[in-house]
Amino acid sequence: MAEIEVNLELARKHGINEEEWETIKKILRRIPTYEELGIFSAMWSEHCSYKSSRIHLKKLPAKAPWVIQGPGENAGIIDIGEGYAVAFKMESHNHPSFIEPYQGAATGVGGILRDVFTMGARPLANLNGLFFGSPDNPKTPYLIKGVVAGVGDYGNCVGVPTIGGQVTFHFCFNGNNLVNAFTLGLMKSDKIFRGKAEGAGNPVWYVGSKTGRDGIHGATMASAEFSEETEEKKPTVQVGDPFTEKLLLEACLEIMEKDVIVGIQDMGAAGLTSSSLEMAERSGSGIKIDLSKIPLREKHMTPYEILLSESQERMLFVAKRGREKEILEIFRKWNLDAAQIGEVTDTKRAEFYFEGKKVADIPIEGIGESSPLYNRPFEEPKRFKENQNFNAGAIEDVKSLKKVFLDFISSPNLCSRKWVYRQYDQSVRTNTVMTSGSDAGIIRIKGTKKGVAMSLDVNPRLCFLNPKEGTKCAIAESALNLAVCGAKPLAITDCLNFGNPEKKDVMWEFVESIEGMREACIKLETPVVSGNVSFYNETEGTGIYPTPSVVMVGVVEDVNNIVNPFFKEEGLEIVLIGKNDPVIEGSLYLSHFFNIDKGKFNFVDLDYHRRLIELLLSLSSQKLIESAHDISDGGLLPALAECFLKEGNNIGAELFLDENFERMDAFFFGETPSRVLVSIKKEKCNRLKSICQKFNIDYKIIGKTGRNILKVVFNNKEILNIPLSEIFEKWEKGFERIFKK
Amino acid sequence: MRATVIEFLGSNCDHDMVYFIRDVFKIETEVVWFTERDLKNPDIVLLPGGFSYGDYLRPGAMASRTPAMESVREFAKRGGIVLGVCNGFQILCESGLLPGALLRNKTISFICDDVYLKAENRETPFTSMVDRILKIPIAHGDGNYFCDEKTLEVLEKEKRVAFRYVSPDGKIDDNWNFNGATNSIAGVLSENKRVLGMMPHPERACEKILGSEDGKLIIESVISFLEKTDG
Repeated sequence: MAEIEVNLELARKHGINEEEWETIKKILRRIPTYEELGIFSAMWSEHCSYKSSRIHLKKLPAKAPWVIQGPGENAGIIDIGEGYAVAFKMESHNHPSFIEPYQGAATGVGGILRDVFTMGARPLANLNGLFFGSPDNPKTPYLIKGVVAGVGDYGNCVGVPTIGGQVTFHFCFNGNNLVNAFTLGLMKSDKIFRGKAEGAGNPVWYVGSKTGRDGIHGATMASAEFSEETEEKKPTVQVGDPFTEKLLLEACLEIMEKDVIVGIQDMGAAGLTSSSLEMAERSGSGIKIDLSKIPLREKHMTPYEILLSESQERMLFVAKRGREKEILEIFRKWNLDAAQIGEVTDTKRAEFYFEGKKVADIPIEGIGESSPLYNRPFEEPKRFKENQNFNAGAIEDVKSLKKVFLDFISSPNLCSRKWVYRQYDQSVRTNTVMTSGSDAGIIRIKGTKKGVAMSLDVNPRLCFLNPKEGTKCAIAESALNLAVCGAKPLAITDCLNFGNPEKKDVMWEFVESIEGMREACIKLETPVVSGNVSFYNETEGTGIYPTPSVVMVGVVEDVNNIVNPFFKEEGLEIVLIGKNDPVIEGSLYLSHFFNIDKGKFNFVDLDYHRRLIELLLSLSSQKLIESAHDISDGGLLPALAECFLKEGNNIGAELFLDENFERMDAFFFGETPSRVLVSIKKEKCNRLKSICQKFNIDYKIIGKTGRNILKVVFNNKEILNIPLSEIFEKWEKGFERIFKK
Repeated sequence: MRATVIEFLGSNCDHDMVYFIRDVFKIETEVVWFTERDLKNPDIVLLPGGFSYGDYLRPGAMASRTPAMESVREFAKRGGIVLGVCNGFQILCESGLLPGALLRNKTISFICDDVYLKAENRETPFTSMVDRILKIPIAHGDGNYFCDEKTLEVLEKEKRVAFRYVSPDGKIDDNWNFNGATNSIAGVLSENKRVLGMMPHPERACEKILGSEDGKLIIESVISFLEKTDG
């Protein structure tokens, strides 16, 4: 093969700019080899280096007494008591899922599962945040079918239940859908593994699928905008094999039982390159790898390709010396390829050999510490103030409450998601005590009374209107979703999906969003323990709405006290807890019916919100309430419906309202944070009222549960009366209509 | 009573099955790896669900040709009791221990949902205690039971349909036969009625906190059957 000339032009094709090119030459004190250029290109891609986000991410709170592992590892870990800890992380697989929805989504799930089990945790629950373009967009049905099947097939085969998430439609995702995959695993708190390469002379092992040519430069692909030629990028998308993942998972957990592993990490973005360099960097050591020893799927692969392949289901680990036999025995049992490919050194350099020749030799500090760090300029866009000035007064109020309500409840963002979650195994591992269709997903921890709760949330519309306050709302909502079930929020992981950071307004969105996250996480005492940034969610210059997805994780002390959202019997009092001052500015109502994403929405009062959370935890531990549900997207009436929209249920609601409200739309469909609907036995109402007073939280009885009907009476006049069966049918069939257009 | 759970590469309900038998029922339980031939002298062999060999080739096809399955075939021939759930059912069909095959669901997609089951024949080792409609989860992509007409006739005549999918009030109804199984068949018995394959997961309906404990009735039936035959 002819030598490839490495120069600035070639570097540019690798996504490296002139300044970065100069830095590389300075670090190496020479022109890089072709392989080295590939390594720098991958490691310094936005996806791997966080070069535009690092200085801002540092501002996020990461500590609390229960945090065992914060950001910087493969996943975050928190202590949940009784000797157990949970590891969790969320990661985006947006770009691949748009190019090839099935494999892109599947490998997203595969990657996050490995991030969690590499730390020694057994994955027990998955969530995913899926954001698609408008249902009318011709590509949307194809994308959603592929993504949902990909997410489902992978998790189902590995045997990890998918117990929640979010599916959102908005035209801003027409050119870039988002797939945010979350996994949570359980471990003993004293048996944690990290991605370290310690002890010069210790062997470096490769295990899992053979290396092929798939996914080469996937990380670089994910660090650029899409254009018309995006279709041509299909080869950069990896292909998943969940069966091998399952074997890898079991083999790794089995080998971790023996005392042979020094450090372990999966080969994710930028494959062997990033895993080996990151492990050595964390330990301040060096690493020497012979690329000729890598098990290959295809013939004649070049060292460049081997270094940058993103073939899935592969792990790198450092073992203690002299334990080869035990290691090989376990991997043989699980039918996996394992090979010793190198060793840890004390040179602080990453050295790669191929067929006896050194092809790359890079100082590890150079690649990490000298990696580019940008404080990109940012500026508040004009639209920000313009949108805030929007006056909803000109919007015509609701005429037929029944028609609007039924249209709304069957609309893409409010209708039943059963079409989606029915394709996910939710009950494997026999721990699921709450799943999709409720406020949070909850698994019980066998052998204890405890449960772990999790909820994925973000409202991209609010984050577009006000990134800082919108992000606060996402965290507040996620925390509230846990609290209504009786789970104490403890920590978050995030997936920060944004447009092109080289644009000032996108960078402003990012900086504002981080500030909102910082404030909310400090106030709610829920540190950010892991996460991921996905920039360049843009196609032909149009970016997505800022979408900082968060997953809040928390603990239920006694799973027998869990509260679910559903009304259980007739004659219960329905109480609205929280500040009831909804507005239609920025609401789903305004967006759905009028196609307007404008206005100043109600910001979350974090002090009030925190008291509301404490109040709810107190209610569940005292078993005072029969149900609880958070009022979010769509406002009061859809939230009320969600308390009875369940197969086979015949308990509805009758609201008796005497309040003066100016507008029906705002009252029934307007939004505001920190509101919860609970149902409670009549004789317990006084107790509830006094607890609310103690926590200084608003309280109002708004109706009763009733049979088979949703009825609204306002000043003794009936303004709504619909049989439950009619509402159920509309709500249940909503999703299928997306495919019929 | 002694139970043996077989583990194949890609089984993913093996832990759940062991938990069900060992922890919920406190039955002595052995776990046998698919390469072994010694089943450790069980009274019942359980084949768990999952995606053995990633469902490559056909679900259950490769697992049915393993050494452990050769022993299971001999065990069944001697009149041993075998329960295969989900992928375990698929393996039993591929092994020839049960007739028919499990095709792709009629929806062409994976389905996870609760189903309702009616025990069609109460005089089997698995159903004597099943005195009500069972609510049990399914989770599969290939659960659509199919066999030729002649076999179907034999199965029905010999009362070898153990369970059928029904509505919550116990009626045969296509709307409640999610995967499209022939004659709403959810579970099939061998000729001697000692081998049962079923798509729904009784091990997932084993505690109230999980939403149903109806799955326990099937194991309780087996316990009662074994007590009688021992005595």
